[in-house]
Formats: sequence, structure tokens, C-alpha cells
Amino acid sequence: MSEAVASTPAAPCAVCALLRRIAGGVLPVLTVVATIVALWYAAAIGLNRAWTLDQAQRQGVELTAGEILADAMSQERPVLPAPHQVFDELWATTMGEPILRERRGEYRPNPRSLFFHAWQTLAPTLLGFAIGGLAGILLAVGIVHNRAMDLSVMPWAIASQTIPILAIAPMIIVVLNSIGLEGLIPKSLISAYLSFFPVVVGMVKGLRSPNAMDLDLLRTYSASGAETFWKLRLPASVPFLFASLKVGIAAALVGTIVAELPTGARFGLGARLLTGSYYGQTIQIWSALFMAAICAAALVATLGLIERMTLRRMGLDR
Amino acid sequence: MSMAAEAVAKMATTAAPVIEARGLDLTFQTADGPVQALRDVNLTIDRGDFVSFIGPSGCGKTTFLRVVAALERPTGGTITVNGMTPDEARRQRAYGYVFQAAGLYPWRTIEKNIALPLEIMGFDRAEQARRVDDVLRLVDLEGFGKKFPWQLSGGMQQRASIARALAFDADLLLMDEPFGALDEIVRDHLNEQLLALWRRTEKTIGFVTHSIPEAVYLSTKIVVMSPRPGRITDVIESDLGPDRPLDIRDTPEFLAIAHRVREGLRAGHAYDD
Repeated sequence: MSEAVASTPAAPCAVCALLRRIAGGVLPVLTVVATIVALWYAAAIGLNRAWTLDQAQRQGVELTAGEILADAMSQERPVLPAPHQVFDELWATTMGEPILRERRGEYRPNPRSLFFHAWQTLAPTLLGFAIGGLAGILLAVGIVHNRAMDLSVMPWAIASQTIPILAIAPMIIVVLNSIGLEGLIPKSLISAYLSFFPVVVGMVKGLRSPNAMDLDLLRTYSASGAETFWKLRLPASVPFLFASLKVGIAAALVGTIVAELPTGARFGLGARLLTGSYYGQTIQIWSALFMAAICAAALVATLGLIERMTLRRMGLDR
Repeated sequence: MSMAAEAVAKMATTAAPVIEARGLDLTFQTADGPVQALRDVNLTIDRGDFVSFIGPSGCGKTTFLRVVAALERPTGGTITVNGMTPDEARRQRAYGYVFQAAGLYPWRTIEKNIALPLEIMGFDRAEQARRVDDVLRLVDLEGFGKKFPWQLSGGMQQRASIARALAFDADLLLMDEPFGALDEIVRDHLNEQLLALWRRTEKTIGFVTHSIPEAVYLSTKIVVMSPRPGRITDVIESDLGPDRPLDIRDTPEFLAIAHRVREGLRAGHAYDD
């Protein structure tokens, strides 16, 4: 790489720029990924070889080092699956399975498809995030404009986050079930429960970010409270809002997955985790975890894109 | 003090004064006890005056401007702006206020920033556009309307903030150290422009500054203040005439006034604290 650059020192060629960009950005990232994968393989072999050796001893077979290595990386229920096993499982349950399959003459969702399960989790996550985000913004507006709310709401919001979600989720499900709500809505509400908090905190900070001079300026125009809100506080809060929305949407996904655990849900990433743990299907658990991570990354990246477009339009992105 | 008050009283001539303060007191209640920011301030500002307020930090010059703007409430005495209370005057859009920093909203373009008071005051869109064009020309920023504030230099930003204060045609312009954060050369240039603007628009200007040359160069009247408690120690009439090239600052007349301002500052200032 450096030779290629060195051979044409003065020429500002596109290839050189590309190579330099690769050297500057992609190489370090690849190095980190490669290191993680290597450590992962080492850990998988270290953790799984005990079982391999145990099996060999029972059968009275002597194994070579190569055989131990190969077996430790290809067990059906390893303590820690090797990266390629997780990847194979991910591939087989996404690309290898149709999302819909035909049954008794009609097309229904295919419960073997991880995309189907991911969607079962994503839909309540998005709804819950919408509810939580909106609630967070409204609460923040109330806190900033009403002294009673400022004193009363924030302690409750903080208290709500100190309760372990795993403890309160089953109760929410049971209560909602008794009034006839099941499926999407209870999951969304638990997801909203986790996602509203960062939005409240970030939005309050954002709405209070204008300094005394910014506020005095509007006072010299005899601006009303509503005008101060729409023309100053709200636009000033946008960068804060996006930062907290990114935290909130990741929390919303966690909330949905947690909501799927105690209810014996049959579909969704949480359900995959649960059934995986019933049957010791560690590979299935890990692939569901990876799918959850991919979903979270995609959600956060999408918000990041919207953030950049919005801030650029507002002239705040330099 | 009383001499100054008498001089001021004599000055109040035919036209009704724009600002009239009588025995004005303002005490702030702070955590460390009461702080007297203004004590027995008597001042009359007539239409068309360019009045500078000069004095060390804590002398109450900014506080006085904020009282005029109804951003602070006096605890004693009376003050009228165009014959009304400061609150009423503000509702009548009596003044435009220029702060120490430009204070342009970063998410608004320059023209949208200038249109901000016009939006709040309910001008229609066509009128907003016309006025924005007018004041942009007045401060020499034609063609910069579509830029965002960060794309402009500090001096240009401050000019935009002056344009914003001029946009709704207030007769009174209150400026709180508007050029304090700018370098000397930009400052000289803006002072020249401000003087030209004042001559052209015949507005009344109240101008807070730390700088003696700036005060003498700009003003028809210089109010010297001193701290703890904030009070007026001298009011100096400056008769340098309307045409003031920058090199007027080397003339004996200019230096004589500057000397008197310096003496006033020295007399009012306790150097031991």
C-alpha cells in the first residue's frame, strides 16, 4: 500500500486517495474485527475442548491435537459456538429459509426464518419507541414549562428506571392481558417504558440549552411563551433530542426482547433466546443475539442518517 | 452628582425626552446579601442623542440599559421611555437591543434571523422580505442573507445583529458593548459605519462601552459611571460635530474630551479594591 503511494508521490490520483482512505479508515477497523474473531476462536476452543476430551475418554479413543481442534469448533451444543458456526446458523435461518411458506394452500410466516422473528420484535420496538419518544418529548416540555411538573415528574421518571424491567414486565403483561390486550401492545408498552427515559433527560437538557442572552432577546420583542418555545427552545433542543433518541431506540429493542421472555412468546428474538436456552441450543441463542445487535445497529444508524439530514437542513451540521 | 443632574435638567429642552430617569435605584438580592447596582441615577436622553455609558465593570451601565429595556425592574425612583413605562414602551416596540455577542440563532439564516422580530411582531411575509432587504443594505450585508451565521466573520455577525435590531423601525437603539469582542481594526470600521447609520437614520442610541476613544468618537453625550454602588459621576457633552473621520481622534478637541472622561473615571474609581 505505502509502496503504491510512494511510487506516484506528486500525482493526486484518485486511486492514491482511495488507498489512503482505506489505510486511514478501513484497515484499523478490519484489524479490530480480526482481533476479536481470533480471540473468539481461542476462547471457543479453550471452553469446548473439555467436552471433546471427555467424550474421547469415555470411548477410549486417543485424539490428535488437530482432531481436538476440529471437534471443539464443530460441536452441536458448544459452550461457546465458534464464529463460523454462528455465521452459518445466521445464514441458514435468514437466506436459507423463505420468510413466508405455503401451508394448507395459503402463505403464512415461516417460524424458521430469523427475519420473521426479527420483524416480530422490530414491530413492537418501533411502536414502543414511537410511544416512548413522544411521551418523553411531552414530559420534557411539561417539565420545562411547569414548575410543579419539574418538581414531581423527574423523581418518578428516575424511580421508574430503577425497577428491574425483568421484574415488572410479567406484571404489565398480566395486567394488560386481563383487560384484553395482548400481542403487540403489551410488548410495545414495555419497550416504551424503557425508551422514554433517555428522551426525557436529553430533551429537558435541550429545551433548557438556550442561554440568558438568547432568552433576553425574545423578551425585548415581548415574545410569548409559545413563541419562545417554537422559535428558540425547540430548535435549540434538536441536537440533544437526536442524541437521546439513539439511546432510546436501543433501549426500546432491549425492552421488547425482555417483554418476550417471561410470557413464553412463540415468535420474536426473545422467544428464540428462550427456546434456545430450553434446549441448550447455544448456536441459536448466539445467532438471535447477533440478529438483535444487527437490528439495534440498523435502527441507530437510520436515526443517525435522519439526524445528519435534519441538522444539515438546519445549518447545524458543519 | 448634583452638578451633573442640574446640567442634565437644563438640557431637557423643547422636545420630550426619549429616556428620563429620576432618582433611579436598583438593588439585587443575591446569596451574599443585597448588591446596589444603581443608586440615585438621574439622566435625560433627548431624541437624536448618541449617548455612551462608560465606566469599569460593576458600575451599572449595562444594568441601566437593561432597566430601559424592561429586562430589569428598578427598586426605586422613576424612569420613562418615550413618556411611558419601560414595559409599555417595549410593547410599543420603542427600542431595538444589541447584545455583547451577536446572538444569532445558528439554525436560522441571516435573513431569517433578521426576520425573527418581524415574525413575532406579526409583519406579513412580503413586508418581512422588504424590511430584511432594507436593513441588510443599511449594514452592508447585501448578498449574505442566505448564509448561516457560522459562515460569517464576527464583525459581520455583529452587523447582522444590528440589522435585526433595526428591522422593526424602533427609534431607540440600545447597544451593550456590541463591539467588545472584536479586534481593534474591525471595531474602528464598525464604529465608522455605526456613526454613518446614526446620521442617516436619526435614531437615538444608548451605547455601553469600556473604551474611552470609542465613547468620545461616537457620542454626543458621555455618561461616566462608577461602581459600588453604580452611579453617574459625570455627564460630558461632546461637540465634535456630525462629521467624524477616524483621524479626528488625534485632534486637541478630541483629546480634551477624552482627558475629561479619564479624569471622571479616575475620580469615581476606588483603586484600593
